[in-house]
Amino acid sequence: MNATLPRVLLGATGRPLTLGEHSSTFDAPLRTSSMFEELEASGLTGRGGGAFPTARKVALLRNQRGHGKVMVVNAMEGEPEAHKDRTLLSTNPHLVLDGAECLAMMIGAKTVAVCVPRDNQTVVHYLKRAIYERSLRTHKGPTFELHAAPWRYVAGEESALVHWLNDNQSLPQYRASKTHVLRVGRGPVLVDNAETCAHVGLIARYGAAWFRELGTDASPGSTLVSLTGAVDRPKVLEVSLGTRLAAILEAGRADPHPQALLTAGYGGTWLAGHHLDLPYANESLGPVGAMVGTGVLVVLPRSGCGLLETKRVVDWMANESARQCGPCAFGLPALAEDLTHLLHARGDGVGVLARLVERCGVIEGRGACRHPDGVVRMVRSALSVFAEDIDRHARGTMCDGARADEHWVTVPSIVHENELVWQ
Amino acid sequence: MAVRPKAGGFILRVDPILCDGFGHCHELAPELVQIDEWGYPIIKAAPTPLSDANALESARFAVRGCPRQALRIERTAGSN
Repeated sequence: MNATLPRVLLGATGRPLTLGEHSSTFDAPLRTSSMFEELEASGLTGRGGGAFPTARKVALLRNQRGHGKVMVVNAMEGEPEAHKDRTLLSTNPHLVLDGAECLAMMIGAKTVAVCVPRDNQTVVHYLKRAIYERSLRTHKGPTFELHAAPWRYVAGEESALVHWLNDNQSLPQYRASKTHVLRVGRGPVLVDNAETCAHVGLIARYGAAWFRELGTDASPGSTLVSLTGAVDRPKVLEVSLGTRLAAILEAGRADPHPQALLTAGYGGTWLAGHHLDLPYANESLGPVGAMVGTGVLVVLPRSGCGLLETKRVVDWMANESARQCGPCAFGLPALAEDLTHLLHARGDGVGVLARLVERCGVIEGRGACRHPDGVVRMVRSALSVFAEDIDRHARGTMCDGARADEHWVTVPSIVHENELVWQ
Repeated sequence: MAVRPKAGGFILRVDPILCDGFGHCHELAPELVQIDEWGYPIIKAAPTPLSDANALESARFAVRGCPRQALRIERTAGSN
């Protein structure tokens, strides 16, 4: 197999490939030995947002003792703008399950728990069928369990997911140290994003050298990009990491001269439109404050208002807080309120802006999960990218984009106080 | 025998999920804990040297005085 795209989306026909079709599309047999060495050499990083090296995570779990280890496939995709995982699962579900099987084998887990949001019944059915097909094979791998968790922004956070598997509550947990190993019952848990699993499934077939043919040295391979905003229709593209942003926009038939891009989704950062020559990889986006994250790109055209979009996103994110930690439960609504004031400022805008900046500093780093930090990061990047526009708003002149009230970021409607979800 | 100065430092840590913003920690250890506008603690992030006996004592008071038992003292092996 050569170094062409698509890789994980190979064989996309608009319906999920059956196991038979899957094994003829990806015809190389799965590697059974030295899988871990191959994964380490590939340099695969997690595609769920953290970009943490997968091999290191696996190594941590390998060294854990204990029976009943669980491999968790995280396809929760709490990000409203992201639809890469559900696209992947409705195209190549078996590739994801192959990767999960490999990872389970590497850490010595007998169970694979696949977590999908329960509001998307189509994907749940696709996965049910895929798991049934696998149960008919003569070769028995690990047991697959399908878990349909409620869809919330924080439900996809790994500690929330493990909490849900343990006692049916999608709430993040407090972890005293960073290396704390999450457990379901007594078994240590490895949580990996669905796209990461699909890449593992490919590395297990074609090897690390093949995987590194695409991408840059620091971030090899390809990645899925959910492109929304000012595009002809929202779509998922598979691009090689290190592709220029302008080329991605062109391939997705998006507005070629946007005002800004929202990278990495609601917890990500705004990137000013003049950075389009940058390669799409963490090491080159990092210096300008952006990142690949969950692979979301929202295109904001010149006619839009960055402050309005930021306000709408923060409104929704404030409501999505699990309301466990004070700084998040009270701080995020306060940020949303400040942004609303700023949007409709009547002379008092400069004071509100100062308070907003101060509140950002107060909230950062004080939640159990990274939810408030993501919002703070997004607000801060908006303050620097849209500085001129926000300054005008603060002085009391609304821009045309805000007056037209056009929306480019698709924020779901807010369901108030619909929290605390059970099985 | 001379008292050897203790090496290392400590940080007061709060479990943000347990914390309900009673504010006792701010009363008991004002030098380590500030209160934000919603009443939740902002704890000094830099480690305090263990040789600072007053700070250590008030940190212990704060840990014992927390109604939700959300605080604990974490030792750091830092140079201070």
